[in-house]
Amino acid sequence: MQTNDQPGSAGATSADTDVVIEVHDLHMRYGTKDVLTGVDLEVHRGGVMCLLGPNGAGKTTTIEILEGFRSRTSGEVRVLGADPLHASEDWRARTGVVLQSWRDHPRWTPRRLLTHLGGFYQPYSTPERTRPYDVDLLLDTVGLTELADQKIATMSGGQRRRLDVAVGIVGRPELLFLDEPTAGFDPHARREFHHLVHRLSDLENTTIMLTTHDLDEAEKLADRILILAGGRFVADGSAEQLARQVAGESEVKWSRDGERFVHSTADATAFVRQLLTQYGEDVTDLEVHRASLEDTYMTLVQQHEAGGTGAAARLFEEAAR
Amino acid sequence: MKPTTHAIRMGVRRGWTEFVQSVRSTQDQGFYIFTGLAVLGYLIIRRNTEVEGTDLLIPTVAMPSIIGGLVTFGVVIGPAYALAMEREDGTLLRLKAAPHGLTGYFTGQLLFHSISLLPQLLIILIPSFLIFDDVMSNGASGWVTVVWVLVLGLLATMPIGMVIGSLVPNAQKVGTWGMLPIMVLAGISGIFYPIQQLWGWVQVIAQIFPMYWLGLGMRSAFLPDSAAMLEVGESWRTGWTILVLGAWAVVGILVTPVVLRRMARRQTGSQVEAARETAAQWIR
Repeated sequence: MQTNDQPGSAGATSADTDVVIEVHDLHMRYGTKDVLTGVDLEVHRGGVMCLLGPNGAGKTTTIEILEGFRSRTSGEVRVLGADPLHASEDWRARTGVVLQSWRDHPRWTPRRLLTHLGGFYQPYSTPERTRPYDVDLLLDTVGLTELADQKIATMSGGQRRRLDVAVGIVGRPELLFLDEPTAGFDPHARREFHHLVHRLSDLENTTIMLTTHDLDEAEKLADRILILAGGRFVADGSAEQLARQVAGESEVKWSRDGERFVHSTADATAFVRQLLTQYGEDVTDLEVHRASLEDTYMTLVQQHEAGGTGAAARLFEEAAR
Repeated sequence: MKPTTHAIRMGVRRGWTEFVQSVRSTQDQGFYIFTGLAVLGYLIIRRNTEVEGTDLLIPTVAMPSIIGGLVTFGVVIGPAYALAMEREDGTLLRLKAAPHGLTGYFTGQLLFHSISLLPQLLIILIPSFLIFDDVMSNGASGWVTVVWVLVLGLLATMPIGMVIGSLVPNAQKVGTWGMLPIMVLAGISGIFYPIQQLWGWVQVIAQIFPMYWLGLGMRSAFLPDSAAMLEVGESWRTGWTILVLGAWAVVGILVTPVVLRRMARRQTGSQVEAARETAAQWIR
């Protein structure tokens, strides 16, 4: 994970530049329903973080609390050194939010809207981080150059989502929130979007937090994956770490004498060595599958649904040891 | 430059952009032309009818009253619909995500709804001057009155629209909480017939609200002083006009920012999402 400090991060002292998000014992309750029951989180500058979890697990709630759009029931939250709920407009200038647009600004064109919204960031421009983004460059980045002067009302859902992303980054944020950014993207747009996320993370040193239901996307994009289930994080780590820790068993498949065999084992290498030693050339069609993020995710969520968060979190803690 | 000052300038630009886009849209042109034709049609049909007890013709008396009514209607219903809709569709949330974006948004709304009155006024005033005689009896001083009544009337009525737009649960409810009361007020505010023909308590209600006073102020601007005989107390009651409209303006200026802030604070992405689902599901 990148940890090099951005000198242009306005107002931040060297002591707090590294930690971008700090959450302690966050609780959220809607009426009688507990959605978040003690979330702890520390995020350092740089890198892409993915929030996964089943519908209703509280992903959107978490992200909205961090954005400062929703008040929490209890707990401590600090984002870029301030409580997002009471943060100043200067703080807003340092964060970016990609919203799900619907039918807003139908008479505007992408160029006009980006110029307008970008204009609000202009007083926050610094020599290290000039704000806002150049609109032509931005339009090109999200692939909307050809539609730049068309009414937004005439754009398709996928084109609108790309405009949403452009609006979210027009102020060159240090921290960017995206709630299901690729919902409704076609495969090409999705790939373009992934390039964009990498570019923002690598070149702009933007810290990115996104939610998604697409596990493949999470695996491709994220340096760090958090799985939210039952109101708490039940897993935290890179895709490989999670796969190794949680669904620790690999699957070995092979054929012998025309018969197909499947075996699950924690140590695939040792098992295969023994298998080959024992049967030698009789073994054919050998395959070893390490658990994918999808397997990990399914295991965790199923465990959570079967035995409550406790069991899943315990399993995670044991595996992490 | 201070970010707030900068945001207000962005808002002015926003309001102007919205206005230009509105004037260019066939939808809005249709609305302007429809109201213009409806009003002129009414005036033309009654162009030879004299107002009882005077030698004034109906168009002369009714035109200023109708302008007062249209101003109230436009400035209350316009912002009410705009706020309710832009709360639902995510416009407001987008601006909320930008630094001082809400300052820009509300500045834009204020300017947009104010200057949107111009096309509506012109589409009634210009043909009126061409078709009817003696539309403006008071010359330059009459126009000065038109301007201050308009400005004070805007300040008195626009906050009502913004508060309605902030408080209604969704855009469809603007009909019930905005349109309906305004229609009732238009009926009792002396626009189509003198207020004295109504029951006493109805007259009292009408005179509490700004619409009556906007109409009265407009009549005092356009009509000769002799026409004051037709009014309550046989006077233009200019002092009262300033007092009532001024009081609404002061209350509006104090209350509206509080209501707007409260409404904006509750804006979240999931609220917009919920509104989208509600709108997609028409029958429940």
